[in-house]
Amino acid sequence: MTTPPSEQDPARRDRSPWNWLLLVPIVIPLITPLYNADEPRLFGFPLFYWLQLAFIILGVATTTIVYRMGRKRSGR
Amino acid sequence: MSEHITEIVVFTLLFLAVSGMGFVAARWRRPDNLASLDEWGLGGRKFGSWVTWFLVGGDLYTAYTFVAVPALLFGAGATGFFALPYTIVTYPLVFLVLIRLWSVAHVHGMVTPADFVRARFGSPTLALLIAITGLVATMPYIALQLVGIEAVLKTMGVTGDLPLIIAFAILAAYTYQSGLRAPALIAFVKDTLIYVVILVAIIYIPARLGGWESVFGAAKEKFEATPAPGDGYLLNAGNQLQYVTLALGSAMALFLYPHSVTGVLAARNRGVIKRNMAALPAYSLLLGLIALLGYMAIAAGIKPITANGKADANTVVPQLFDQMFPDWFAGVAYAAIGIGALVPAAIMSIAAANLFTRNVYKEFIKRDATDAQEAAVSKIASLVVKVGAVLVILLIDPQFSIDLQLIGGVIILQTLPSVALGLYTRWFHRAGLIAGWAAGMTAGMVMLYNIANPAINHAHFGGSAFPLAKLGLDTKITIYAGFLALLVNVVVAVAGTLIARAAKVADGRDATRPSEYFADEGDPRVHEVELSGSH
Repeated sequence: MTTPPSEQDPARRDRSPWNWLLLVPIVIPLITPLYNADEPRLFGFPLFYWLQLAFIILGVATTTIVYRMGRKRSGR
Repeated sequence: MSEHITEIVVFTLLFLAVSGMGFVAARWRRPDNLASLDEWGLGGRKFGSWVTWFLVGGDLYTAYTFVAVPALLFGAGATGFFALPYTIVTYPLVFLVLIRLWSVAHVHGMVTPADFVRARFGSPTLALLIAITGLVATMPYIALQLVGIEAVLKTMGVTGDLPLIIAFAILAAYTYQSGLRAPALIAFVKDTLIYVVILVAIIYIPARLGGWESVFGAAKEKFEATPAPGDGYLLNAGNQLQYVTLALGSAMALFLYPHSVTGVLAARNRGVIKRNMAALPAYSLLLGLIALLGYMAIAAGIKPITANGKADANTVVPQLFDQMFPDWFAGVAYAAIGIGALVPAAIMSIAAANLFTRNVYKEFIKRDATDAQEAAVSKIASLVVKVGAVLVILLIDPQFSIDLQLIGGVIILQTLPSVALGLYTRWFHRAGLIAGWAAGMTAGMVMLYNIANPAINHAHFGGSAFPLAKLGLDTKITIYAGFLALLVNVVVAVAGTLIARAAKVADGRDATRPSEYFADEGDPRVHEVELSGSH
């Protein structure tokens, strides 16, 4: 049996402190008191609707950072 | 019907063009032969970031979603908006989990979630339970795609079952021939059409209705006038926990569905999946905006089409398009919904067929099946699945499929300890997982059975919001039944594992190794390792 290369390469892990960032877009959109209100409005959208739409940006930003940082760490 | 003739012509032309693409897809990046599940069922496991984005996006955000979510907002208001946090939370939640699944599946040539459970816990019984759960959860989902097409056809005044049967026959034929390559290629067209339609809709329709202010104003007015306690233009004290647990529970369930796993495993490498976890929320933006079509329909005074005395809320969006858009563009919008049904229906039927082939046929009927035999069985199974879906929709009330899909979300969650937790830990004993699964399923069913919904004349299975008052608590708060069932599942699985260990019940063998959860493109697969080792 040959040894798979992954076992010869200890750098190949998914561990990174940056991963904790992923908790932000998981937890924030689930806190209803943050957004369950009408005011303030944005472009006519009540807070409930525009803020939850804005959480998409939060999700994209954090996952992108985690992806980039993870790639840097493993040198790939 | 004659007043809809332009719409029907545009719809039919686009539908036929896309069907042609489905057949041509077999030649796309053509391998030497398509006769293996890796090729037919996973498109060669070679899809890059863009193809995966369109494929998984087209897979998860289905025609039914596009029709049903606005219908929810139209009917109940803010609670229907849970679909947005649900699809925001899901990607960061599964980011690290899916790359582990991809890696171990890549090394072992796994095709279904049950394949993984089989290898990880060495239990054909547990794997079979996971496979059956997946099949039961997926089947009504396929049927519901037909509901999406039906809503469009109804609005165009096309009646009778024949158009629906023809549409699904075409779908079945090109899926049979091209496998996963067909939906992957069609997804490009589908999503482009949907993006165009929605962008136009959210700019053009509110402008005609006097701006967003008046759209939200009309919604507020409607819900303040109704006596129902569950609806409203914001959440109330009773449904906030339901909103959150439904969003989180659905987020956890999404990538346990076999068709989601199919889309993920077809990716070329880990980087493709990570990039997609960051890029797929673009579809969530689309979904959030589509959801608001429900409020636009309220503002526009749309009334759902009534048949046999029952109002079909799913016709709200097609009706809105019919009233607002010029005929030719309404035709384009209908085609977007119709084609939008084909992509997920194809992927779901492939996923269901693979489950049958790998975890029933190969496990229990023909252990030494060759790659070609597996592909042949899967192709036929995909046909059977689609015929079944058509029959269910035509012979039984579509409400039955909607109820089943609700149940599907609850039961697919019960595979979480074996599949998702299993990717991280081998601590659980197979007996404990089986006991947990059984307990979670039972708890989920009992809760769903006890949820009434007078609005659709259901004394049972009326929704997923379980009133905590039924547990003897003095409160109006409701919670997502699937979430509570999962808690029961995990508690029983932990207890069962401790008991099985104490009683020294034989545990299964783990066929995977820790390093395999980090493998990437180019790393040898297990059979390649064994081949090179034997020489």
